[in-house]
Amino acid sequence: MVDPSWNKEGIKVTCQDPCNLVRKGLGDSVADDLRFVIKHVAGEENFVDMWPNKSNNYCCGGGGGYLQSGFVEKRRAFGRIKFDQIQATGADIVVTPCHNCRSQITDIGQVYGGKYQTVHLWSLIVKAMVRKSTATPG
Amino acid sequence: MSQPIVIGKRKSRFKELAQAAIPGGGNLDLCLTCSSCVNGCPASGISDMDPRKFLRMVLLGLDEEVLQTPWIWWCSMCQRCRRACPMGVDIGALVFMARQQWSRENTPKGIQKSCDLHLEFGNSTGIRREDWVSLCAELAEETRQQEEDWKDLPAPMDKKGAGYYLNQNAKEPTVEPEEMIPLWKILHEVGIDWTYSSEQWDAVNYCMFSGDDRDWEAVVRRQSEIVNDLGCKTLINTE
Ligand code: SF4
Ligand code: SF4
Repeated sequence: MVDPSWNKEGIKVTCQDPCNLVRKGLGDSVADDLRFVIKHVAGEENFVDMWPNKSNNYCCGGGGGYLQSGFVEKRRAFGRIKFDQIQATGADIVVTPCHNCRSQITDIGQVYGGKYQTVHLWSLIVKAMVRKSTATPG
Repeated sequence: MSQPIVIGKRKSRFKELAQAAIPGGGNLDLCLTCSSCVNGCPASGISDMDPRKFLRMVLLGLDEEVLQTPWIWWCSMCQRCRRACPMGVDIGALVFMARQQWSRENTPKGIQKSCDLHLEFGNSTGIRREDWVSLCAELAEETRQQEEDWKDLPAPMDKKGAGYYLNQNAKEPTVEPEEMIPLWKILHEVGIDWTYSSEQWDAVNYCMFSGDDRDWEAVVRRQSEIVNDLGCKTLINTE
């Protein structure tokens, strides 16, 4: 069971659609699942989508071995478009279901002066999770 | 009367190679030069190269330039261009084919090293088996001791017959090990019977990006053997 009431301050959340999971993987249906989960754990009204998104989403620039390849300057230039997309949402948190995306989006945020934080999807779920054994009835 | 442009006697061996290797041939000859791929590609303009230009160079038989440009490492093979392309031209696959032509020595060192570590240690950061096993055991023990609600939290290792096999991006235990705990909590709460393995537990495969199919296959094969040996029915790939 999840309960979004932890997000009292209305922290705004957006998400990155990982290329390998969405465009190159399971398609828009998994992107919809991702949004379904985020809205349930952070509150529907607190989710702000990027545009374009889902299968048309821009790669963050962390994929294809980029993070390991040593081309730091190129990788950051590539990621500029993603940074601008995130800034346009005004989100406080970017859910990054893939670790590569997380590293890259954290890095471009620091380099370009973003104020957002990145989190794994699972960390956000746990924030809202209410354990069966400790849940108060009603 | 207008005359066709004659481009000497160049013949693209690379194009033929790519067409033979890419499933369906990659539609390379169908390009309309519309530039939808260029407009939607974050790697467009990096060092004066873009997907359409790269493709045109291949089609013109400029093999030498095609196989030398480092731009193939600045394209993330994200396939957005292919999605945007009205003709289904597969430039990401073409880039991968070009990566395959680079020698091991010239492949960007970081990518090659991650792949080599994976082949040697079973994970791309070179964590030793005993360190991985004790890290997971310690994290779970600390959580059980410190968090009242999670006194029963398991982090199973090499558990035969577990329903689900879980792998983990090797960056997580390296840079943010505590970030694995929330995942364990969710699995436990929803009653999933899962396990890690002490070998070949990495969710990433940098050998996929270095361009050597044999290395790529070796990594995937080894992990699937382990999943089968453990008797797990489902692999959860966390990356
Ligand atoms: S989108 Fe397709 S058809 Fe258009 S220029 Fe790119 S490869 Fe050619
Ligand atoms: S696959 Fe490469 S060329 Fe195509 S959109 Fe992505 S980065 Fe650009």
